[in-house]
Amino acid sequence: MSDFTKYTISIYTENNVGLLNRISAIFLKRHIDFISFSTSQSEIPDVFRFIIVVNMTESGVRKIVQQIEKQIDVIRAFYHTDEETIFQESALYKVKSSSLFEERQIQNMIKDSHANIVTVSPEFFVIEKTGFRDEIEALREALAPHGLLQFVRSGRISISKEKMGISEILNTFNHKIKTK
Amino acid sequence: MKNKETSSISGAEAVIRSLLEEGVDLIYGYPGGAIMPIYDELYKYSDSLSHILTRHEQGATHAAQGYARTSGKVGVAMATSGPGATNLVTGIADAQIDSTPMVCITGQVASHLLGSDAFQETDIIGISTPVTKWNYQITKASEIPVIMAKAFYIARSGRPGPVLIDITKDAQFELLDYTYEKCKGVRSYAPIPTLDTAQVEAAAEIINKAQKPMIIWGQGVILGEAEEEFKTFVETSGIPATWTILGLSALPTKHPLNFGMVGMHGNYGPNVLTNQCDVLIAIGMRFDDRVTGNLETYAKQAKVVHIEIDPAEISKNVKADFPVLGNCKESLSQLTVLVKHKAYNQWKQRFTDHMKIEIEEVIKGDTLPTKEGLTMGEVIIGINKYTKGDAVIVSDVGQHQMVACRYAEFVQSKSNVTSGGLGTMGFALPAAIGAKMGAPDREVLAVIGDGGYQMTIQELGTIFQNKTAVKIVVLNNDYLGMVRQWQQLFFDKRYASTEMTNPDFVTIAKGYHIDAQRVTKREELDQAIKTMIASDQPYFLEVCVEKEANVFPMIPTGASVSDIRLK
Repeated sequence: MSDFTKYTISIYTENNVGLLNRISAIFLKRHIDFISFSTSQSEIPDVFRFIIVVNMTESGVRKIVQQIEKQIDVIRAFYHTDEETIFQESALYKVKSSSLFEERQIQNMIKDSHANIVTVSPEFFVIEKTGFRDEIEALREALAPHGLLQFVRSGRISISKEKMGISEILNTFNHKIKTK
Repeated sequence: MKNKETSSISGAEAVIRSLLEEGVDLIYGYPGGAIMPIYDELYKYSDSLSHILTRHEQGATHAAQGYARTSGKVGVAMATSGPGATNLVTGIADAQIDSTPMVCITGQVASHLLGSDAFQETDIIGISTPVTKWNYQITKASEIPVIMAKAFYIARSGRPGPVLIDITKDAQFELLDYTYEKCKGVRSYAPIPTLDTAQVEAAAEIINKAQKPMIIWGQGVILGEAEEEFKTFVETSGIPATWTILGLSALPTKHPLNFGMVGMHGNYGPNVLTNQCDVLIAIGMRFDDRVTGNLETYAKQAKVVHIEIDPAEISKNVKADFPVLGNCKESLSQLTVLVKHKAYNQWKQRFTDHMKIEIEEVIKGDTLPTKEGLTMGEVIIGINKYTKGDAVIVSDVGQHQMVACRYAEFVQSKSNVTSGGLGTMGFALPAAIGAKMGAPDREVLAVIGDGGYQMTIQELGTIFQNKTAVKIVVLNNDYLGMVRQWQQLFFDKRYASTEMTNPDFVTIAKGYHIDAQRVTKREELDQAIKTMIASDQPYFLEVCVEKEANVFPMIPTGASVSDIRLK
């Protein structure tokens, strides 16, 4: 069988209700699961950006990106390998406050993993860590024996090394409409 | 400042005026609670906008599709919320996969009730998302003109498709300051890729080197209104041309370079020679699995030129060695200038030789039968005799559809209306209504099996009420014939739930005051067809055909096109 690789799909879209459904339907129709999913405002006002991570063949991801780009409200879609992007995930860990004071190694864990304490209360404290998936997972596993009350990890956020050129696409469109 | 008193109209009226702005004069639909304000406006505008009441919302979509397919215009269907909207879904999915321009308008519960499980509330935006080119829910009347303009622009531009607009009832009542401007573009949507001359030149170069080239054209030629450019390209190059089921009628059936149909029940030569050609020129087609059979063994020896408007189709199923992205009307004009004419006599002879075999093994038995039972093929040949290939043939799905497409003659484009991609049984009767209204001066025949006919038989009421002069031919074998054929060939004749005990179809037609006749013997057939064609009224003809006949040639599922079976 063909080789499966982790690809980051970046999608620039209009901000329309229902677009999330439309994009996820493309994956659902092909029985493909996301590894991670996130969405936010992009560098351009009123343009949104989806970041989806999937494990697929190159030919599979190329076809799915063509199908995504075909959607009316999608401006452009790209796919990249890990080497072609700068990417991070973020996580929050909630731990009992008593363990922070009673078990000294927790403070070392926080320091060694370059995590930060976000908040401390008499009952619990919250640690934040941004980095690669394996670093976040390593901290989770290290904290688990000390009583991890809650854990949450974000989807991948990613910036491509290559230029996306979305503003140029939008400017070209605006020019065409004006000259019509 | 605009004068609010004179330009302020209701959302419902804005919908109607938007339709008129888009050149719509005919819509199909079915009223209900959440769309009543729009129907109330339709009543007032009935002089300029006709509404055809179908007997089921599914019928409205298929009628809109039939209308779009023969007129080339956008078909419009309308329904209420809830079940009205969900009943549109089959037709929308059909239009999506067959690239038919259609705008569907649904009523929705008032915006303050959204999400409350109100009476007849359904999430039609969510339901229709995977099967629409675009959809949108309007909750404010002020959005109506802009969204309606965008809906029509999207439905008809580029690769056409269905658009659904859902309008809450409060937005229909709400007043707005109405002005209309046609949509000139959507910034995130490029309907037609810019033609790259280098791609055309590369394609021309490989075509000019070919010894055994072959064209497969699809519906893109018809949707791109490129019939003339296509014919010129074929004649200039001298390359044998074959068609997909939806491409049928873009080039006259009897054109000397028309060598027949590819695909599962296509002609023998085009399928076998797909695996022998050196350059395969695909024009406005998408290499559906019913065309290609097993992709692992499909045209592996050939360089593939793919002339296509939709970038997502390039190398989707078959790798395109030479893609030519753009509108085929323009691509073909440019390509024609660059291609050299060759006679390809030996190569064309191969098609002719295969056709001789197919005539002996299949076509003679289908069209000049010596056995007692009537064949579907002889009915289609009988129809050709009186229509001279000038009729629109609307077919349903199954054996009769394959036979109709194999044997019907066509002299002009936009004449073959059938449900290709989705294979929607029940399509033909309502689609024929729309096809006739889209081409009122043409003869329109619906050829339907006894199974599919009963899926939308209620549309006889629409035909009767509107005196729509369609000719309905039911080829009755008392079976779901295509499924039965597969059961015979691949499931050891275990005929699970395929035999049908049918009603008296002639009596049913007469119940709708439609002239009707039944033919059971060969000697009655010719006169019956003659009478039907001579009628200027709706007419129903039932032909009782051989019960257990099979359609051949056939590429079994998963087999290679070159392993097509003649029996």
